[in-house]
Amino acid sequence: MTLLDAAIAATLFAYCLAMIIGLARLVRGPRALDRVLAFDFVFTVALLAVLVLAIRYDSSMYFDAALLMAVFGFLGSAALGKFLLRGEVIE
Amino acid sequence: MIVQTVVALLLLASGVLVLTAALGLWRLEDFFLRMHAPALANTLASWAVALASIVYFTAGGGRPVVHQWVIVILLAITVPVTTGIVARAALFHLRKDRP
Repeated sequence: MTLLDAAIAATLFAYCLAMIIGLARLVRGPRALDRVLAFDFVFTVALLAVLVLAIRYDSSMYFDAALLMAVFGFLGSAALGKFLLRGEVIE
Repeated sequence: MIVQTVVALLLLASGVLVLTAALGLWRLEDFFLRMHAPALANTLASWAVALASIVYFTAGGGRPVVHQWVIVILLAITVPVTTGIVARAALFHLRKDRP
């Protein structure tokens, strides 16, 4: 096990822990906007995990998936925020 | 060897930053305080991971690979928009509850 493998394992472990904490905030969150914030955070951490997996498996196929995750994470969070702001997504 | 060390250090830094953001999201008591925590993961951690990926694939492929910056630029454009919408919604609900 080289240094890079150990670092990747430690980073993925930290990401898993952060996603569990974010999911706990998503379940607990006193209001709906806390849940939107936690959802956005978990999505960003999943995107970073996909980028780390690209290094782990030495493949550049993962970047397209990460790009799509960035776009759809933004769309989901923006739609939820707009819905909570006005009561409808498209005015 | 030095490439592996640099990539490992950048990845570990991003892991620590994401964990700090998660702890901030869990521990801070107000919504407007909690809004600041995920910015750590959105800016510095994603920069570190993108830089690690650029260093690794540039050293491995023998030619410069920079298309990871597209993700960072996309995050830099979209995250402030999301934050603005969520903050406006939170202010709207706050004013609706306490006129």
